[in-house]
Amino acid sequence: MSSHIIESGNTAAALGVKLCRVQVIAAYPITPQTPLTEKLSELVDSQEMEAQYIPVESEHSALAVCIAASSTGARAFTATSANGLLYMHEQIHWAAGARLPLVMCVVNRGVGAPWTIWNDHQDSISQRDTGWIQLYVNDHQQIIDGVIKAYRLAESVMIPVMVCYDGYLLSHTHMPFEVPSQEAVDSFLPPYRPDYALDPKRPANLNTVTLPDTRVDTEGRTAHGYMEIRSLLHEDLQRAVEVYQDVEAGFRDTFGRGGEALFEHYRCEDAEYVAVALGSLSHNLRDVVDTLREAGVPAGVMSIHLYRPFPARQIASFLSPAKGVIVFEKALSYGYEGALCSDIKAALLTHARSRADLPFVHNYILGLGGREIKTSQLVEAMTASCKAGAASHDGVRWIGLKL
Amino acid sequence: MKDTIDIRWHGRGGQGAITAAKIVAKAMFSLGYEGVAMIPTFGTERRGAPVFSSLKISRRKIYDLSPIERPDIVVVLDHVLMEEADITSGLKEGGLLVINSPCSLESYHADGRKVAVCNVTALATRAGLPAGVVNTGIIGAFARASGLAGLDLLTEVIEEEFKGRKPEANALAARLAYEHTIVGG
Repeated sequence: MSSHIIESGNTAAALGVKLCRVQVIAAYPITPQTPLTEKLSELVDSQEMEAQYIPVESEHSALAVCIAASSTGARAFTATSANGLLYMHEQIHWAAGARLPLVMCVVNRGVGAPWTIWNDHQDSISQRDTGWIQLYVNDHQQIIDGVIKAYRLAESVMIPVMVCYDGYLLSHTHMPFEVPSQEAVDSFLPPYRPDYALDPKRPANLNTVTLPDTRVDTEGRTAHGYMEIRSLLHEDLQRAVEVYQDVEAGFRDTFGRGGEALFEHYRCEDAEYVAVALGSLSHNLRDVVDTLREAGVPAGVMSIHLYRPFPARQIASFLSPAKGVIVFEKALSYGYEGALCSDIKAALLTHARSRADLPFVHNYILGLGGREIKTSQLVEAMTASCKAGAASHDGVRWIGLKL
Repeated sequence: MKDTIDIRWHGRGGQGAITAAKIVAKAMFSLGYEGVAMIPTFGTERRGAPVFSSLKISRRKIYDLSPIERPDIVVVLDHVLMEEADITSGLKEGGLLVINSPCSLESYHADGRKVAVCNVTALATRAGLPAGVVNTGIIGAFARASGLAGLDLLTEVIEEEFKGRKPEANALAARLAYEHTIVGG
């Protein structure tokens, strides 16, 4: 039996991890992720969860422990935020290159300096190019469901997955969500059985120095060089776009909810102007769209769930009929524009049905370091962009800046 | 009954305003309010510092997680906070202010808002709770003044939430506060 409870987003994540029968957890506490790891350590301590909880002295070690555990065939989990994520950075690349199906929750927080403990997306966006799959979720139901889907996806394509959710706004807010039954999760997510796992009885070296060119191995077969291995990671990541849609369809069959794998959309059917965002901001934008519709502006909102691999073709084909695309971002590729905005422009240029009639793309940067985002500000920004149209694009625009 | 109700809870860090709001959220959800969201203030929850939490209650799912600016109801767990911060900021005309206070109803003026007063601190001690534990008692005062959820339902949720942590005394504090709440016009 499944049931609704009212708890925090961090608790939703922890219950998802428990339902996935994760075997090894290693994490270092950092705000706003801390209650998630505390909850997991409680579940392990009370034996409600049968797992090894390995306390470590840093995030770098946390991910190193997960990499080692996963290499032996265990299902492993970690979670972090902001500077903790960046402290893992070397191991983040390693986990993807080693093709280990880890899942990590990133509880999104701004990055120092100066110190901030509040929400934005700079931490996970800055890890965009590491070879991990990145999912962004919008509410507590999507957090618990997202963790479960993430393991299924990771183990299908042998690529690690980050499940990213907004610090405080989701991690500490309480709202109702349905906790699926253990039986249903077991049927959706079978035990992890890797093709190869480290075994002390048969010692082996993994991921040692790989030469620039291919070479013949001890059995006379041509072994991949570094570039072949990396090219295959890229190929499998792109294939993951299709795999994730299958995972989502399977999830809907088992649990009776979900179904929007790559992105979700609200009132976009006849929308001339589409707002695009990641995370809970896209839910906030639904209220903005309602307000604009009441004022006669044909607006909609698209929320991207799968950010890496980037489903460029699907996103471009969805957005290209619009007159304008307005990208709201809580992160910035400093010196240029928001990364999501660049990705969307590139997707439109490559995949739009007609290049003659591309929508204009505006980019708003907002909410950095937890700066409050008022619905009224979002309405003003959308209205201004819809009125100004293509003529006025001149780099990023800021919302709520008090310079 | 209204489709959306915005309740802002003011207390001090460590006083349990979040737990109180969570208990009311659970009760309202069980009454068919599909959308409940309890949004704490973020990041500066030092013990004793003024904190507030936004409880949004709606017939439909809640998408806006920003703090409440125009509350229907303000609940105050410590009356001294009234002197430290603009607690009633944005409280709607005809709204309700519920205060844990040893002072009389007449000592509060709220310009067209309904005021309810209860000495929750004293009643909670009488119920057998340690001094200063007021987050369950205040729910009794809230129930009496707002009429939004029945006392039996709320005490049931309290007993569940405080399982293994004096559930009966916590429920009794709410009952005593319910009986002793004075509601103004």
